Amino acid sequence: MEYALTFEQYQEGLEKGKLLGLHCNTCETFTFPPMGTCRNCNGTDLKVAEAGGEGIISTFTVVRVAPEGKRPPYVVAMAELKEGPSVIGNLIDINPDEADMKLIGKSVKLGSQMVEGDVYSSDDCRVITFSLKEG
Amino acid sequence: MREVAVLGVSMTKFGVSEKTNLEMFTEAGLEAMSNSNIESKDVEALFFGNCLGDFEEGQMHMAPFAHAELGLPMSAPATRFESACATATVAIRHAALLVGAGVYDVVLAGGTERATKMGTPLATKTFAMATQSQHEARAGLTFPGVFAMAAHMYSSKYGVDLPELKKNMAEVAIKNHYHGTLNPKAHFQKEIDLDTVLDGMMVADPLQLFDCCPFSDGASALVLAEAGKAKDLVKKPIYVAGMGQASAGSLYLQQDVTRVKARETAVSQAYKEAGVGPDDIDVVELHDCFTIAEILALEGFGFYEFGKAHDAAAKRETYLNGKVVVNPSGGLKSKGHPIGATGAGQVTEIVEQLRGECGPRQVEGARIGLVDTLGGDLGTVCNIILRS
Ligand SMILES: [Zn+2]
Repeated sequence: MEYALTFEQYQEGLEKGKLLGLHCNTCETFTFPPMGTCRNCNGTDLKVAEAGGEGIISTFTVVRVAPEGKRPPYVVAMAELKEGPSVIGNLIDINPDEADMKLIGKSVKLGSQMVEGDVYSSDDCRVITFSLKEG
Repeated sequence: MREVAVLGVSMTKFGVSEKTNLEMFTEAGLEAMSNSNIESKDVEALFFGNCLGDFEEGQMHMAPFAHAELGLPMSAPATRFESACATATVAIRHAALLVGAGVYDVVLAGGTERATKMGTPLATKTFAMATQSQHEARAGLTFPGVFAMAAHMYSSKYGVDLPELKKNMAEVAIKNHYHGTLNPKAHFQKEIDLDTVLDGMMVADPLQLFDCCPFSDGASALVLAEAGKAKDLVKKPIYVAGMGQASAGSLYLQQDVTRVKARETAVSQAYKEAGVGPDDIDVVELHDCFTIAEILALEGFGFYEFGKAHDAAAKRETYLNGKVVVNPSGGLKSKGHPIGATGAGQVTEIVEQLRGECGPRQVEGARIGLVDTLGGDLGTVCNIILRS
C-alpha cells in the first residue's frame, strides 16, 4: 500500500507554508505530522489535509547542553494543535533565558525553519516552529 | 511455557573504562558462566545487547565477536538487541521467552556499552538518535530535554510548583547517591546534598547536572536456564515470575508525557503473569535516567497515585528500610548507565538482592523484585518480575 503522505511531500508543504497532515475518513481524526496510519483508529483510509497552524504550548524545555552540531541555548516545545494532534518544534522569537512555566497554555502560531543536515542525518530539512501569538 | 530461572549473574564495575566493549562483555560473560557452574560449550544461544558500538568504536555486528571471545559453540547463535536504554532487558526477556518455549535450555544474555568514549557532544547526539529523527531530533530535542518536558508538564498538570518539584526531584538524586555509596561497583560512590543538585549546571530546564544520570561504560551478563536444569546447577536459582514489554510511538504522539503508557501496559502484563500486584514488590530497580523519571515510574507501577510520588524520596519512603526500596544499587543515577548493559545490571542487582548477597545495601527478607527499564523517549518499556 502506498504511503499516504511522505516526508518529502510534507517538507514540500512546509516550504510553501502549508502544514500537511492526514484526515481519517473513518474516524475524522487529524494526524500530524503524517504517518502510515491514523493516530486514533489505525485506519488507512486517509486523505491529505492542511492544519490551520494554531496551537497551545503543552510543555517545553530550554536545551543548554546540545548535541554535536547544535548551538544552545534554544527552546524545544510541544504544542497541541487546534485540530487535536501534538507536535514538537522550536519556540522562536523568544529569549531562551526568559522561557518559564508561564509558557504552558500560551497560544502559538506554527511555522517552520530550515535546519542543516549533518554526517548522520543527511539532508537539510524543515522543522516546526512556534511563535507566541500575543505579546 | 516452562519455568525459567536466572543462574549466575555478573557485572563489571560501571564507570569510565579503558577496556573495549568486547573485553568488558567477555569479563562479565565468563564470570556469569563460572557463577552458573557451566562452561562455554553448554551455552545454546547468546542474546547480546549493545546500542552505540557503531559510534563508540566503529563496531557494528558485535554479537558474533562476543560469541568468539567467550568461546561459545558455533551452533549457538549470537544476536544483537537494540532497544535504546532498555536494550539488555529486552535481550533478557527474549532469552527467557525462548527458554520458556523450549527452544533452548541454557542461554547467556546481557549487554555492554562504552558510552564515555564518545565525549559529551557526540554522546548527546547519538543518544538523541533514539528520538524520532525527522520530527524530534532535528528540532534539537535531547534526552535530558525529553524528561525536562515531562517535569514541566508534571508541575503544570498536578499543580506542584516548580521549585517544590525540583527540590523533591533533587531528593531522588540524593537517595540514589546514598545507595550508590553502598555499592562498590557503582560509577559514583559519593553522597550529595540539596545544594549539590540545585547549584549544578543547567542541562535542559528544569533539569540540572545532578538530575541526570551519567554516561557510563560497563557490561553485565547472566545465564538463564530451564528451572529444573537450574536447580541441578546452582544453589539458589531465582525465578522469572512475570515479564512485560510494550511499545509506544514518538513523544508527540503520546501527548501526555507525565504518563508512560508503555510502562503501564508492560508492568500490568508482568503483574498478571506473576500473579502479584504493586503491594507484593519488596525491591525495585527502576529506570531513573533523570530524577523525574523515577517519580513517573513509581506512579506507573501503581505504587502511588498519579501526581503523588514526587515527594516519595523526600519522605524517605523509597530508601533502604523504607516502604518500598527503590534502586538500592544506586540506580542509573549513581550506579551508572552504560545503556546497552543497564538492564542486565538491574537484573543482577535484583537477583543478588533476592539471594541475600547485597551486604550493607541488602533489603531484608526481599522475596519479590521488579526490574524496570525504559528505552527511548518513552517508546519502549520492559519489566521483569523475579522471585526467590
Ligand atoms: Zn481514524
